[in-house]
Amino acid sequence: MTTRIEQRFAALRAEGRAGLVTFLVAGDPDIPTFERLLDGLPAAGADLIEIGMPFSDPMADGPVIQAGNLRALAHGVTLARTLEIVRRFRGRDQTTPLVLMGYYNPIWAYGRLRFLDEAVSAGVDGLIVVDLPPEEDEELCLPALERGLDFVRLATPTTDARRLPTVLRNVRGFLYYVSLTGITGVKEAAAEQVAPQLDRIRKHTDLPIAVGFGIKTPEQAAAIARIADAAVVGSALVAEVAAHLDSEGKPRGGLVAAVHDKVRALAHAVREARR
Amino acid sequence: MLANSLRTGPDERGRFGLYGGRFVAETLMPCILELEAAYEEAKRDPAFQAEFDSFLADYVGRPSPLYFAERLTAELGGAKIYLKRDELNHTGAHKINNCIGQILLARRMGKKRIIAETGAGQHGVATATVCARFGLDCVIYMGERDIERQQPNVFRMRLLGAEVRPVRSGSRTLKDAMNEALRDWVTNVETTFYLIGSVAGPHPYPAMVRDFQSVIGREAKAQMLEKEGRLPDVLVAAVGGGSNAMGLFHPFLDDGSVRLIAVEAAGEGLDTGLHAAAMLRGRPGILHGSRSYLLQDEDGQVIEPHSISAGLDYPGIGPEHSWLKDIGRLEVTAATDREALDAFRLLARLEGILPALEPAHALAATAKLAPGLSKDTLLVVNLCGRGDKDIYTVARHLGVEL
Repeated sequence: MTTRIEQRFAALRAEGRAGLVTFLVAGDPDIPTFERLLDGLPAAGADLIEIGMPFSDPMADGPVIQAGNLRALAHGVTLARTLEIVRRFRGRDQTTPLVLMGYYNPIWAYGRLRFLDEAVSAGVDGLIVVDLPPEEDEELCLPALERGLDFVRLATPTTDARRLPTVLRNVRGFLYYVSLTGITGVKEAAAEQVAPQLDRIRKHTDLPIAVGFGIKTPEQAAAIARIADAAVVGSALVAEVAAHLDSEGKPRGGLVAAVHDKVRALAHAVREARR
Repeated sequence: MLANSLRTGPDERGRFGLYGGRFVAETLMPCILELEAAYEEAKRDPAFQAEFDSFLADYVGRPSPLYFAERLTAELGGAKIYLKRDELNHTGAHKINNCIGQILLARRMGKKRIIAETGAGQHGVATATVCARFGLDCVIYMGERDIERQQPNVFRMRLLGAEVRPVRSGSRTLKDAMNEALRDWVTNVETTFYLIGSVAGPHPYPAMVRDFQSVIGREAKAQMLEKEGRLPDVLVAAVGGGSNAMGLFHPFLDDGSVRLIAVEAAGEGLDTGLHAAAMLRGRPGILHGSRSYLLQDEDGQVIEPHSISAGLDYPGIGPEHSWLKDIGRLEVTAATDREALDAFRLLARLEGILPALEPAHALAATAKLAPGLSKDTLLVVNLCGRGDKDIYTVARHLGVEL
């Protein structure tokens, strides 16, 4: 059985273009606003949706996404509520692949098998758990695969030839190539440095490769879309959310439209990149 | 290898039973594997050991004395109390033992830039010290709140040539400093060595830091045998991340007659929510690269800890402690801020020693425990740091303006 993620990448390949993966933190800045953001993403041009599961200590994230995590937590977003959000979205949209991204402790605290079962029934398609390297596959990756959930792994510039097969071993869905050593949203990705890395990885796998970390502008997204199967944009969208909050952290009018406009601009650039 | 020894952990996956492991981002994995290989090689190299021992002797000033605290013993009226005086080490705490070990390893691996996190500032000072000694760049991450309460150590680090970077995220204490150090490491992984100060973090750090700190317990064992002709009965040490305690305890793990007592920071009280007692009030969880007891809410969000002692103000604990607690080898108790302050003053007046607020927690637990023990009970408190750095905090709590 092919998964929604596989179907989407097959369709993108057939169209001869790369996809846009958008990242937002679940419940940022609050749950109702987030659900309006989420609902409009496919129409604005998101091909895959990545949702962050808020965590108090997001070690791989820069200040922008850290702040998004804290805003969501301040609004009482829990893993259970994140799954409810997904379930409601899935009731309205049965085709857009949805990946949950986060850190292991909230999943562990929830009960990892209970989480996996509920994620499947809510309509989650894949998981990215930053602090679970292949060495810890028994924790979550293998039980996720058994349940038909795709497990997306990060490969990085430090993943050398010797290690790459280990990283690729249990990946399903797509491989997420981290364009730079560092945290999200701080440095900028350079397509000319990423290209040879993707060539290297493609010798070992036929999986689609999404590239993220440091892609902020439509121009950068287009440059990545010319060489990768998808471009991931996160911090730039979360920054757009933050820019539309008043001094008390409440959303100002125009927040949802501004984020969707940003997504539209990125999607346009990604779609035009290979023409 | 003894089949029934408690000293053989961790396994090849870095686990102590359920605890430990390598829960880190992929960017760091190759680096952690490289570190593990380098450490295993160094451990087997007699030249590395000889160099480590030589620096411990001539630079740190080891062995540290095992001192019979006669007046404290008389005052408490029970167990015979010895102090393992690691506060007499160069830089004033046990932290330097581990820093010497790791800096020698960093040099061996060709790393030129050292980063570290610090809470009380003792580990930061020790790291800045060894970086100065070996001519390596040094960046110390320290929570903004800790910077406020540990000004003398911040100045010390700067005098030693380190850059102290204030951390403004989260609770602005040790846990956030560690997050920020991990973010730096992931960004500068090729050039940088992360010198972790406690028996925490991903494998191999908990085992490696323990090995470097075990000199405390090995010395204490030999010294007690020499002074009393037998092993001690009770060892008491404060735990934040747990490195001084593990250093003292580990050589005694297989000596079943020796009670091992870890003292957590009870802050304002164990039932106030304002404490740092990971083992007494936490549940197993994953933070900073390993699974261990962790202060967290129902949703797995990390709870901000509280302690008067910046060095104990950490929501987790080393994984080996968690395992030893679960199997019943380790007893865990706690002392409040108030009890630690009382113990601080007690030791100052009776023995002429200002303990750091961290071991003041161990002394506070001892003050409760010792009177109930017989006079022939031999008890060792790990006096893992000196209190000069804490006089401002103590003064503030006593209502004195300096």
